Amino acid sequence: MTKRQLTLCAVVLLFGAWGFLPEFTVTMLNYIGLYALVAVGLVMLTGVAGMTSFGQAAFVGLGAYATAWFCTVPAASALLGMAPDSTALPWIGLVLGFILSAAVAWILGSVTLRLSGHYLPLGTIAWGLSLYFLFGNLEFLGGHTGMGGVPPLTLGSLTLRSVRELGLVTWSALLLILWALHNLLDSREGRAIRSLKTGRVMAESMGVDTARYRIKVFVLAALLASLSGWLYAHLQRFVNPTPFNLNVGIEYLFMAVVGGAGNLWGALLGAALITLMKQYLQDVLPSLLGSSGNFEVIVFGLLMLLVLQRFSDGLWPSLARMVNRYLRSAPVASAKTLHALSQRQLPETGSVVLSASDVSRRFGGLLANNKVSLDVRAGEIHALIGPNGAGKSTFFNLISGVDDPTSGTVQLLGRDMKGQSSRVFASAGLCRTFQHVRLLGPRSVLDNVALGAHLRARSGWLAAMLRLDRGEEAALMQEAQRQIERCGLGPQMNDTAASLALGQQRIVEIARALAGQPSVLLLDEPAAGLPHMEKVALGQLLTQLRGEGMAILVVEHDMEFVMNIADRITVLEFGQVIAHGTAAQVQVDPKVVAAYLGGVDET
Amino acid sequence: MDGQIALLLGQDGIVNGAVYALMALALVLVFSVTRVIFIPQGEFVAFGALTMAALQLGRAPGTLWLLLALSAVTLLVEAVRHQRGVAVDWKSSAVWAVLLPALAALLVLVVRPSSMYAQAGTTLLLITPLGPLLYRLAYRPLAHATVLTLLIVSVALHGVLVGLGLYFFGAEGSRTTPFSELRLDLGGIPVSGQSLVVLGVTSALVIALFLFFERTIVGKALRATAMNRIGARLMGIPTELSGDLSFALAALVGAVSGLLIAPLTTVYYDTGFLIGLKGFVAAIIGGLTSYPLALAGALIVGLLESFSSFWASAFKEVIVFTLIIPVLWWRSLHSHHVEDEE
Repeated sequence: MTKRQLTLCAVVLLFGAWGFLPEFTVTMLNYIGLYALVAVGLVMLTGVAGMTSFGQAAFVGLGAYATAWFCTVPAASALLGMAPDSTALPWIGLVLGFILSAAVAWILGSVTLRLSGHYLPLGTIAWGLSLYFLFGNLEFLGGHTGMGGVPPLTLGSLTLRSVRELGLVTWSALLLILWALHNLLDSREGRAIRSLKTGRVMAESMGVDTARYRIKVFVLAALLASLSGWLYAHLQRFVNPTPFNLNVGIEYLFMAVVGGAGNLWGALLGAALITLMKQYLQDVLPSLLGSSGNFEVIVFGLLMLLVLQRFSDGLWPSLARMVNRYLRSAPVASAKTLHALSQRQLPETGSVVLSASDVSRRFGGLLANNKVSLDVRAGEIHALIGPNGAGKSTFFNLISGVDDPTSGTVQLLGRDMKGQSSRVFASAGLCRTFQHVRLLGPRSVLDNVALGAHLRARSGWLAAMLRLDRGEEAALMQEAQRQIERCGLGPQMNDTAASLALGQQRIVEIARALAGQPSVLLLDEPAAGLPHMEKVALGQLLTQLRGEGMAILVVEHDMEFVMNIADRITVLEFGQVIAHGTAAQVQVDPKVVAAYLGGVDET
Repeated sequence: MDGQIALLLGQDGIVNGAVYALMALALVLVFSVTRVIFIPQGEFVAFGALTMAALQLGRAPGTLWLLLALSAVTLLVEAVRHQRGVAVDWKSSAVWAVLLPALAALLVLVVRPSSMYAQAGTTLLLITPLGPLLYRLAYRPLAHATVLTLLIVSVALHGVLVGLGLYFFGAEGSRTTPFSELRLDLGGIPVSGQSLVVLGVTSALVIALFLFFERTIVGKALRATAMNRIGARLMGIPTELSGDLSFALAALVGAVSGLLIAPLTTVYYDTGFLIGLKGFVAAIIGGLTSYPLALAGALIVGLLESFSSFWASAFKEVIVFTLIIPVLWWRSLHSHHVEDEE
């Protein structure tokens, strides 16, 4: 049996048995479904994209209050010219909830996206609290007593009054969403989302607008929470502020983390565990402790500490490992037609592609780069060398948009790049590797390299969710595969990046840069840690790329390697250019010899 | 509003702001040294206030049992670590998990202090060791985790502590006898002695902390750890020491704040959370790293709160917590290159 077949069996079993399950079970299942909708948004946010929110309950509340207000206040429906008993009201309420949630999520996301990752969750704590107080104090929303009389949902001529009927809607929505999110994560956009957690600097250099993706994921999680709130309001037919306070928001996060924040199904597992435990604890704890109160939070908190300390990926991965032993892996379906990826016209050989003039960078009192000028031409390998601490990596960051020069100009293909982000550099055709390897360790080599071709495809989130992107995805995979084989890592293609030796990881970085089809390739110490034979192979690869008309700038310490392949060499010491020329010229330059071997006192 | 009311509100705001300032200082300290965003800071305030109230009623506070239980578990964990060949600093373990808890138990159960200052001292002795013990049990095993994971741990710990607070102290609030019954009249404005005590103690604590960080070798070691964790460790500053110490200071500052506010307002088991969060808003104004900006932020939060309680009292909390959004927006203007998380 494959994983897909097992999942389908479980779904068929659930829907088949639905009519026969006892009332209590159906009620519990419905709540699990409602909570899982919120938790799956948190899985996307926390486990996949590396952000988190304690305020999801407030988004649930927005969804619930939006529909309750629209359905019960006649003045609201009159605004759209609708009858106060129209069966379409709940659907307008759903849209209203979506709009409000998306707007709030967008505002919160935009004010925190440039700050470190912990500001968003802190912001959500504050927002979760203030919305709760707001619900409780607004007269037109019923204050602390809440609003009653919310109508039931109707589908065509069917009125969904009971939990058994509405639960079907909840579970259908949940399963459809799990399917769509699963598809999303297995796509170009999914790779970009996964890079948000640990690789933002890298992803920006591959052309991924990480800030925009962060907001989109946050908005997505808010919409899922809002949907859950809408279903909740039409199930309870009544809303008050209590189920939307911060403590509930924290419980949602417990569900995601305990279940396994990196895994979509972990959300369902976590929602089920916490819901059932809560039911049980609310019966047992008061009799055990001799008084009543919200004591289950003690157990949940301790459980959470245990999970974070012992099973940092949650319980789902352990469960999946157990089950996977009995499952066959399914063959990967490949698309029939390949979409063409966008191709870049390389500049004419010999033309200046990248030029830096008088570039300086000051860090407080330290002048790391002092008026460095350098140009790189199409069809040449230019090497930048210098002792440790000479300012080579700083310079690399300045000419790739990772950092801004204090003064001086950088031009890429004749365009002034002042103040541009590394994303703009990438889309203009500059691809780079990093001195400290920046790969997504747990992902495969193929996935990592495919991220390099991000800008060469276009499919968006919706296309990915609905699997309309398969032709393009196959083309991306083929391109990634081609670059990996070209760099000699074919046998390691499906291994995780973290399992490779450091030298090989550097080669993965080169393959990733090549997948972007660059005009200019910046390599930061590509040969470090490579055995001799692989260095020779790397040299051959770079020579071949030069032959194709690529402009290559390489920082390297291995002199033999540099002298063999470089057309021109620039030598940096203490942030200043001390020599410039061919390998033969640089080797005999007295300043270079002094920098490397120590100067002779001339007096 | 006339001038009289404005001055009264201003006085109120400054007194509250002083307490938020203490919160903010503790939060900045813990975050910069250990990278922990310490959400349960406010729980120390509630624990401090309610412990004092219990002592004044002649009861043994539940925090004593918590302290003894945490000490026992910590000793057990250290013994297991020792077994596994980890170098355990038994000297500091003895101080936090044996000496101070034993002293606190002796005071509460045998001596039963009756003077207010002795009771306050006992409260501080009960609460302060909770900091390092919680650090060792909850955070130390995750010392290399991301800020985000540590934040989730904080929220979990907050849940545990609030639940325990409810169990120990019940749902009813308490108020303690003020340290000063003095009533002054400064140019027509009534000033209570207790507010002067709050301001005096806060200033004294801020100055003491300043001197500690500027003049003592241990304080400098903490600052070094905050600036560069690995570098500090290479220079021989034990990371455990800095974790223990910063959490002890945070717990001490929290307990002092609890003692200060308990005579002014009724403290419930969950009051600390909101106080701690307002400290957070202040600390975030300082970017979680700057002490002076955090102090200024605390004053802004305190004043905003007292004035909004006059104009729109139902929306007081909404206004204070929504302040965080413009503050974050203002902070985001200062950074424009993407950086990776630790």
